[in-house]
Amino acid sequence: MSTAIIHYIDEPHPVTGVTNSKLGIWLFLASEVMLFGALFSAYILLRTGSDVWPHGSTLLNVPLATLNTIVLITSSVTMVMAWASLAMNRFSRYQLYMSLTILLSFVFLVVKGFEYGHKFEHHITPATSSFYAIYFTMTGLHGLHIIGGIIVNLYLLLWGSRLWQTNPKQFTGRVEAAGLYWHFVDLVWIFLFPVLYLL
Amino acid sequence: MKRFIRTYLFSLDHKMIGKQYLITGLLMSLVGGYLAYVFRHQLAWPGSPVPGYGMVGPDQYNGFVTMHGTIMVFWVAMPILLSGFGNYLLPLMIGARDMAFPRLNMLSYWTFFLSTVVLITSFFVPGGPASGGWTSYPPLSDQPGFTGVFWGGHLWILAVALEFTSMLMGGINFLTTTLALRAKGMCLFRMPIFVWMENIASLLFMFSVGPLIAGAFMLLADRLVNTGFFMPSAGGDPLLFQHLFWFFGHPEVYVLLLPSLGILAEVFTVFSRKTLFGYRTIVYATLVAGVLSFVVWAHHQFISGMDPRLAAPFSVTTILISVPFAISLFSFIATLWGGSIEFTTAMLFAVGMLAEFMIGGVTGIFNGSAAADIYLHDTYFVVAHFHYTLFPVTFFGAFAGIYHWFPKMYGRFLNEKWGKVHFWVTALSFNVIFIPLFLLGLAGHQRRIFDPTVFDYLAKYQHLHVIATFAMITMLLGQIPFIANFIISIYKGRLADRNPWKGTTLEWVAPSPPGHGNFENDPVVHRGPYDYSLPGRDREWVSQTEE
Repeated sequence: MSTAIIHYIDEPHPVTGVTNSKLGIWLFLASEVMLFGALFSAYILLRTGSDVWPHGSTLLNVPLATLNTIVLITSSVTMVMAWASLAMNRFSRYQLYMSLTILLSFVFLVVKGFEYGHKFEHHITPATSSFYAIYFTMTGLHGLHIIGGIIVNLYLLLWGSRLWQTNPKQFTGRVEAAGLYWHFVDLVWIFLFPVLYLL
Repeated sequence: MKRFIRTYLFSLDHKMIGKQYLITGLLMSLVGGYLAYVFRHQLAWPGSPVPGYGMVGPDQYNGFVTMHGTIMVFWVAMPILLSGFGNYLLPLMIGARDMAFPRLNMLSYWTFFLSTVVLITSFFVPGGPASGGWTSYPPLSDQPGFTGVFWGGHLWILAVALEFTSMLMGGINFLTTTLALRAKGMCLFRMPIFVWMENIASLLFMFSVGPLIAGAFMLLADRLVNTGFFMPSAGGDPLLFQHLFWFFGHPEVYVLLLPSLGILAEVFTVFSRKTLFGYRTIVYATLVAGVLSFVVWAHHQFISGMDPRLAAPFSVTTILISVPFAISLFSFIATLWGGSIEFTTAMLFAVGMLAEFMIGGVTGIFNGSAAADIYLHDTYFVVAHFHYTLFPVTFFGAFAGIYHWFPKMYGRFLNEKWGKVHFWVTALSFNVIFIPLFLLGLAGHQRRIFDPTVFDYLAKYQHLHVIATFAMITMLLGQIPFIANFIISIYKGRLADRNPWKGTTLEWVAPSPPGHGNFENDPVVHRGPYDYSLPGRDREWVSQTEE
């Protein structure tokens, strides 16, 4: 497919100081903030509007969620390391750190799956109460974002990494953009954890 | 065959993607128009079979009203104005060779196409399409049992979510392209107003769509897994959806309005041979209006049962937001002042849009002030009001744009004589449809009533429905010359050179139609966009590329 030549794919724009992909991903994350912001607002509205609201810590498994928080933060660190390895021109290191990131994201999903499974065993579903409805909706949507991130990261680890041979700068830029998204997903969890589990 | 697919279907070229959006939107407007014909016929002659459809039952009526609103706003106005013209014109106007993310652009169109297929499918599933109104308010939309619509409601939510994902990709593309790929010398305040408007509209869309997607996600959860977000019986709150919907929905009307005002600015300057009055004022006023548009949403909910103390602040912001728009509209009128106006079809539609939109704007004041709205809410007055805003914005704006840029898109002119017939039939019948609806609303006629004749107090107003329906049929017939003109002119129209209207902006520097990559040489910009009738020049227009 022929594409007209487009500037600033691998070079930062002199005025904005970023490449196209970085600008695009920041704009996308801005709209994501509004998506999760609306869910947090819905949480506040439901909570203030109800007569009784349970303490998350009495219903949910705090130790497992703490473990998951650590897993996710670690995966953010390995994501940065993956990008930094590319910036330092060490491709095999990149593959190692990217694999670790993906592995940790799967660990997160498995732990989350145990949490969900445990609830379903006790016949607790989103329909049980407003608390569980917002809990499952927010963590579910967050889980979908994790799955999306895994797909992107897998692509960048496998087929997508061919770009490293032809245009290493552009490839590094892609990994950086994926990293920004991954940090955002991490950040959402850092808000979700205290709001749902601790407050 | 492969070549055909790459050029016309899976094209990466912003111009082809723009045309794809434009034509899909125009085709969807025929679907929306047909639905309007069916339910307007039912309103004028309740209980008689509709020619071309048959008998309309109350369930079909609700479904058709819902789908008419949904299609016209999300599948006609947005793809034509924001994505269609935006994709086609934005890179040309800023002197770029293509969008910043051509593949994302293609993905955006095909996601939109998929959403269209999903939406159309919902007509043919058991139970029919969604019928909780285009705003999809719970509790009506919340439980399939309330409307008898099961699959239709799910598909509606899915289609809307896909469509917004598509527009989100488009918005990211517009903003990145504008920030990164402007031609040399094209500083922000040398961009045509249309480019400003597309970008501000994209920003509004991107920052308002998240809450609606969240609301749709929760609505789907309510329908599928029995959560109770919007069900009071389960501890939820139906008002929550209204807040989420209108937090998106009000900026959304400006997402539609702004690109159309951009088209207006381009057409006005070209055909009055004058520079735009108050370029920077319009830009700043629009930015202010964009910010204000995020704090007016609850004026849709004055009688929804929200805290009445909220009504006053939202009345104030609503009336406040008319100030920046009044500034812009007066600037457009001042642009005409003393110009040598040429009434081409594009100019007629642009002037028509301004005039009709003002009626819409002025009647909005009544809805915006809480005291008057308590009476007018959910009557035909509201229907007439928003059709007076959205119809000119969508159709007059789109037609002005099509007649204006058709020579650029296809290298040939549309027929001006038939264009003028098209304008006068559309403009006159439009007023005859909706002025009676103002009267019906003031008489207390509620919206969304299947058979008005069951109410005694409305019997003496039935003739207004009949007038409106006749006018509506006239308007549909009036589109036949346009459709024929459009198709014939692609092949047989008078040939146009690269600058047929003697315009100054960059799209007129490119060949008609522009090839892949748009310009033979990357343009360099030396001046602002609207240098017409400069003193001391032998020609009354000076292109942006001239020193």
